Amino acid sequence: MSTATLDVHEVPTGSRVNYLNAQYGVKSWLLTTDHKRIALLYLFSITLMFFVGGTFAVLMRLHLIEPQGALVQPETYNKLFTMHGVIMVFFFLVPSIPATLGNFLVPMMIGARDLAFPKLNLLSWYIYIIGAIFTLYAVISGGVDTGWTFYTPYSTLTHTSVIPTALGVFITGFSSILTGLNFVVTIHKMRAPGLTWFRLPLFIWAIYATSIIFILGTPVIAITLFLLGLERLLHIGIFDPAIGGDPILFQHLFWFYSHPAVYIMILPGMGVMSELITCFSRKRIFGYSFVAFSSLAIAFISFLVWGHHMFVTGQSIYAGLTFSVLSFMVAIPSAVKVFNWTATLYKGSISYDAPMLYALGFIGLFTMGGLTGLFLASLATDVHLNGTYFIVAHFHYIMVGGAVMAYLGGIHFWWPKITGRLYPDGWARFAALVIFVGFNLTFFPQFMLGYLGMPRRYAVYPSEFQVLNVMSSAGASILGIGYLIPLIYLTWSMRYGPTAGPNPWGAKGLEWTTPSPPPTENFEEIPVVTEDAYDYAHSTVTRG
Amino acid sequence: MIGLVKFGSDFLSLMVQAPQLRPEAASSIAEGVDHLYFVLTFITLFFTIAIFSTIFFFMVKYRRRAENEVPADTEENLPLELAWTIIPTLICAGLFLWASSLYFENSRPPSASTEIFVIGKQWMWHIQHPEGVREINELHVPEGVPVKLTMTSEDVIHDFYIPAFRVKKDVIPGRYSSLWFQATKVGTYHLFCAQYCGADHAEMLGWVYVMSPADYETWLSSGTPSETMEKTGEKIFNKLGCSSCHQPDGTGRGPSLAGVYGKEEDLKSGEKRLVDEAFIRQAIINPNSVVLKNYPPIMPTFRGQINEEQVLQLIAYVKSLASEERNSNGK
Repeated sequence: MSTATLDVHEVPTGSRVNYLNAQYGVKSWLLTTDHKRIALLYLFSITLMFFVGGTFAVLMRLHLIEPQGALVQPETYNKLFTMHGVIMVFFFLVPSIPATLGNFLVPMMIGARDLAFPKLNLLSWYIYIIGAIFTLYAVISGGVDTGWTFYTPYSTLTHTSVIPTALGVFITGFSSILTGLNFVVTIHKMRAPGLTWFRLPLFIWAIYATSIIFILGTPVIAITLFLLGLERLLHIGIFDPAIGGDPILFQHLFWFYSHPAVYIMILPGMGVMSELITCFSRKRIFGYSFVAFSSLAIAFISFLVWGHHMFVTGQSIYAGLTFSVLSFMVAIPSAVKVFNWTATLYKGSISYDAPMLYALGFIGLFTMGGLTGLFLASLATDVHLNGTYFIVAHFHYIMVGGAVMAYLGGIHFWWPKITGRLYPDGWARFAALVIFVGFNLTFFPQFMLGYLGMPRRYAVYPSEFQVLNVMSSAGASILGIGYLIPLIYLTWSMRYGPTAGPNPWGAKGLEWTTPSPPPTENFEEIPVVTEDAYDYAHSTVTRG
Repeated sequence: MIGLVKFGSDFLSLMVQAPQLRPEAASSIAEGVDHLYFVLTFITLFFTIAIFSTIFFFMVKYRRRAENEVPADTEENLPLELAWTIIPTLICAGLFLWASSLYFENSRPPSASTEIFVIGKQWMWHIQHPEGVREINELHVPEGVPVKLTMTSEDVIHDFYIPAFRVKKDVIPGRYSSLWFQATKVGTYHLFCAQYCGADHAEMLGWVYVMSPADYETWLSSGTPSETMEKTGEKIFNKLGCSSCHQPDGTGRGPSLAGVYGKEEDLKSGEKRLVDEAFIRQAIINPNSVVLKNYPPIMPTFRGQINEEQVLQLIAYVKSLASEERNSNGK
């Protein structure tokens, strides 16, 4: 992709200066403005949050083995699902791919030395950490039991730690806004010579679309939670009907952000997919412009579908019809992407390295998650399924089956670039398989539970639902182990893994033209781009 | 360890029972909803299997055979792109039309529905029949008769959900929401709260008893004789002194309420409003927001003095005044 030449093989990795060994000490990390180091700060923080949120999920599934509840009191169970949702959504899924892979890769993929505003980038991480501290404080100070959706008037009446939690989410939002702003400016202004918009890797398109949602959507959740805080403290009567407020107004405001937020979580995953599928089939992406514009279409339509969360609140039939048709429309660009990824495999040269297994897992699970969304866009079936386990299963297929699979695929793909080390491939493929099986066993039974009528957020349940609940819990234990395996071998590989060459997958893209790990300035010389993205057919890139 | 073994054997005995895949269908709309559900399931399976098998086929057929092999480019294919954009669009359009027309039918109660009132409260369901019978966490309804529920909440948002009827609607404080159903099968069915409402949300459940119309009549008239809702409403009306201003002949300081239900009224603000349940509730709780044209804003609020059940009884009384008016006009 680049004409820049780098004699990377002549310098042994151990002695070469790179972004990891350029400076040592805690201070060099906490005060760094290098986008790659900030990506690692995020990686560490969100991994921690993922396992905190995951622990809550495991406790919930253990509790639900018995209809009368096996582990905790209902009050505690309610706090578990609330903290699981809050932490996973706001502190893991939203920042996951943008803040780690996005931070690391955006400058490297576009041939820049850093993001446009490196200090702002560091500030984003500090803001994230402050937000996370507030939320973790809320957990320690007794937890919060509103559900991650903070629906009023329950959230204005409960005696649990709503304010610290909401404040944590409020603060973290600014981290998203600043990150989005940084990406948009960087992608507009800092592309290498010759790297036109339609030569950009699709990951960049996806991050760009995500950044727009960050900038336009996040202020709304900030305003909403701010009003919620005011309502709790000063009782001014915005949301609480007892003092003249409107509780449904809260839902409108909340979902105006939180539905686009679903696409904040999945769009970057789709970007990762395009990189993985092309690399491991050595093909140009099928229908580049369709895949690129579908990201923007999704970002745009995502702002117009929030009312489909409220079909049973008593909104007017005509509002229901409007939101239903718009929700069907957002399914189309997602379907187009799936078809194009599949077509990319056609006549390719497909290898089954671990990142590719995650990618194929993503396509399967995302397809199911997307198609089950049609049940919920359809008004007549949504009335029955809304608020049941069907919803839980549907959005976990998108967010865990989709977003987390893509995140893990991306981490495995760029790990050699990020750390300069290789992980044991056999273990990685095994983990991908365990996660795929565990995931389906956990969440497929929940579709059936939902159709049978089991409402979500139930600490106890009628005994006829037990078989499916036990299956789900069994799956969750497999899934939990599946997530621990990569944690172990990836950590191990940072110290003991074999040294990685600059391009172990034989991949295209500017980031692979640099040594692994890259030097602090990324490129000795800013590359000049003369090719389209994924031009595997006209090059002789080999693994190395 | 013993617990684990016991749990294992319990679980095995549960597993050998035939697993239930479809919830009971006991209302007039359940079959229609399920039909759509099955078609959606078919579409989901079809596309999932199609995509899985295509991927699997490609993975085997085009597996990498030599480390240095470089496949040729595939030409972009506009007709194919258009095909897989347009075909899903058409499928979605079809589903939208089907689901929406079904929803449209399912949302409109037949005009001759029996009305029953529901008040949600952390964590129980209060039911009141117009005949005066009250129930808690139980709802008795006749088979084959359309029933309309008018619902509100005393505290937070709840959601009234009867899976076997495929109906669900949020129950919201400060508002009236409604849903209707026509039960088609005598039996006992779950009633769930489907909107998270606090500590005992999962225990805010009850049973719906569908009875033959004859049994239902017997059930209504058995037990302690009770006063109808409009009768109780009339007592509250007089006790609170409403009658001193709202005199039937319109000579009081406030408007007469005879025949007012179901009419459009001009407000002081210039707005026109239909007098329905929500309007009457608002007039009682927040009178200054709905002052009628030509009347002074002198009515005090009754917020905090009466509960939601009493508001419903007052409404029943005001509604009865409307039908008396119509009857006398007819004569």
